[in-house]
Amino acid sequence: MISDLFSAQVLIGILTSGMRLATPYLYAAVGETFGQRSGVLNLGVEGIMLMGAYAGFYAVFTTGNLLLGLLAAMLVGGLLGLFMAFISVTLQAEQGISGIGVYLFGLGMSDLLFQKTLGTVETVSGFPPIHIPVLSDIPVIGQILFSHNVLVYGAFALVPIAWFVLNKTTLGLNIRAVGENPEAADSLGVSVSRVRYFTVTLGGVLSGVAGASLSIALLNVFQQNLTNGIGFIAVALVYFGGWRPVGVLVGSLLFSMVNALQVWVQTLGIPVPSEIAVMMPYVLTILVLVIAVQRVRPPTALTKPFERGE
Amino acid sequence: MGTSLTLSKYPQLERIVDALLPAIATLAALAVGAVMLVLLGANPLEAYRALIEGAFGSRNALADTLVKGTPLLMVGLGICIAFRGGVINIGGEGQLVAGALAATWVALALPHWPGWAIIPLCMVVGFLAGAVWGGIPGALKAYFNVNEILSTIMLNQIAVQGMNFLLRGPMIDPVQLQVASRIPQTARFSRAADLPRLVPTRLHLGTGIAVILAVLVYIFLWRTTYGYRIRAVGLNPDASRYAGIRVERYIVLSLLLSGAFAGLGGAIQVLGVHHRMFTDGSATGFTGSAGFNGIVAALFGKLHPLGTIPASFLFGALLVGANKLQRAMQVPSALITALNGLVVVFVVSSEIWSRRRARRRVTVAPEAAPAAEAEVAA
Repeated sequence: MISDLFSAQVLIGILTSGMRLATPYLYAAVGETFGQRSGVLNLGVEGIMLMGAYAGFYAVFTTGNLLLGLLAAMLVGGLLGLFMAFISVTLQAEQGISGIGVYLFGLGMSDLLFQKTLGTVETVSGFPPIHIPVLSDIPVIGQILFSHNVLVYGAFALVPIAWFVLNKTTLGLNIRAVGENPEAADSLGVSVSRVRYFTVTLGGVLSGVAGASLSIALLNVFQQNLTNGIGFIAVALVYFGGWRPVGVLVGSLLFSMVNALQVWVQTLGIPVPSEIAVMMPYVLTILVLVIAVQRVRPPTALTKPFERGE
Repeated sequence: MGTSLTLSKYPQLERIVDALLPAIATLAALAVGAVMLVLLGANPLEAYRALIEGAFGSRNALADTLVKGTPLLMVGLGICIAFRGGVINIGGEGQLVAGALAATWVALALPHWPGWAIIPLCMVVGFLAGAVWGGIPGALKAYFNVNEILSTIMLNQIAVQGMNFLLRGPMIDPVQLQVASRIPQTARFSRAADLPRLVPTRLHLGTGIAVILAVLVYIFLWRTTYGYRIRAVGLNPDASRYAGIRVERYIVLSLLLSGAFAGLGGAIQVLGVHHRMFTDGSATGFTGSAGFNGIVAALFGKLHPLGTIPASFLFGALLVGANKLQRAMQVPSALITALNGLVVVFVVSSEIWSRRRARRRVTVAPEAAPAAEAEVAA
């Protein structure tokens, strides 16, 4: 039965699933990367994802319009991101703990709204797969890379865009400066709080999309605690990726591929206890970090609030 | 900065406000909650009365509040140590599970031991299991530079999956197999392993133990060399290293102790409340999010072990009251989770007041400065 694992069909299946599964992690982790690069830790990603998932799902459930669902998720995520920015930047609250507060709020609120507006677990027709003409006909690669729904494509497209913005634009330079040395940035005329408001709100928008990718694209369902820890893993992946979009991509793919592998292992009936299989992505992530032994530093001002003239 | 002395005219009043700030912020959050309740069609006054009654209204309610707050206190004590040591431990959930599993295993393996022997043994085993689960991220951080936020989050899930595996397989109650219902839980422990009750309610000895441990943690952190070094490393690792403190060892020690207290909290939970171990498969089914709430409790207590005591029981009250609220008024307990989050956010945000006040006190009058300079030059 282990030999089944190495059939072409299964391997292609694993790689394709891995690409899909990486989607919510990518959106949330890239969004968090922006925030953390500017010096703000947002542990509330999980809560924002849940609210975004609910908002997107409810919009699609009631109107059938997928675009509306996506926009609803982005709006809700953005509002919560803005809220988080206000707490962290203007009120300078302790970031780790306020993040957990936002998480609890999002967890409870999404469940409450779900119970009051939907009541039972429903399904929707989410984003359908889009087969890119020509490219998706390439054997093997076509199926793995070019036959996904639009949110999956978006997640992967986000990585080079984020890399470009962070490393090749003035905005990105400001973000990095604010995260490394806010005093210097401030003295050069960069508004530290405006940059941080932007990155954290953006992180919220992307977390909302991450949630929607689950409820209206990948799983097409919403229930209590739909994300079950994905948001926290996404935050962890930012550390894994060394605060670089490419690193985050590597981490998300690694994590999701191993996740896809263990799902297939179980589907094929290979006698590995399901819980041990589910553990594998987490164990592997830690192992890779140990072996890689990076000397990567976090942004110097991470979690430190900034006050002008201090 | 050259501004004049700006001490407030009402220092006493400001100090009182400072101390009451968490309470004021909580009330503000509850006000928002009242709005949410109205939108849900429930009377806020009635709802809050149900909440308070559920938490404090009877001897049983009060006992339940204290019992609910106990694991928060245990995790919170560990968090005090960790955060003071400069490490961020998000792994309370997994460490709780590890300690509970270890204690469960021992209790089930030695059913004929008398209470005075089995209970301390289970608690020690829980403490050690939590220490291992906390020590791993500690060692990973100290010697492999693996960020502890990442490793503790990962280890949470690993612990939960391990628990699911054991409770569905090797450790499942034989009765479950017989009746073929396969609920993932263990057999009930022998009565000998029950923590004794303090009064004829659900209040058990574990709560008292937790409070005593809080005092001991305070003494440890502020009256022993190890505690001093932990705090030094937390405040300034470079200076500590220069002073000869082996920073790596104290990073490990901080996370190890942090996990140990959470693990002991897990052991106390199974010995005093559940008398078995169970899971619903989810990440927080067994712990009831005590791992996260414990972090919040510690921060409300200003990372001081003695402050964590009232903070934990306040949270316990909120959680217990929520059940009453759900039963009495059909308000989903999810509202309380959301309210919980709002309280956390409001309280943490309100600290800006204390910080602003503290900054004002440090401003120095310009007349004093030249005189001081003259002194130094002379």
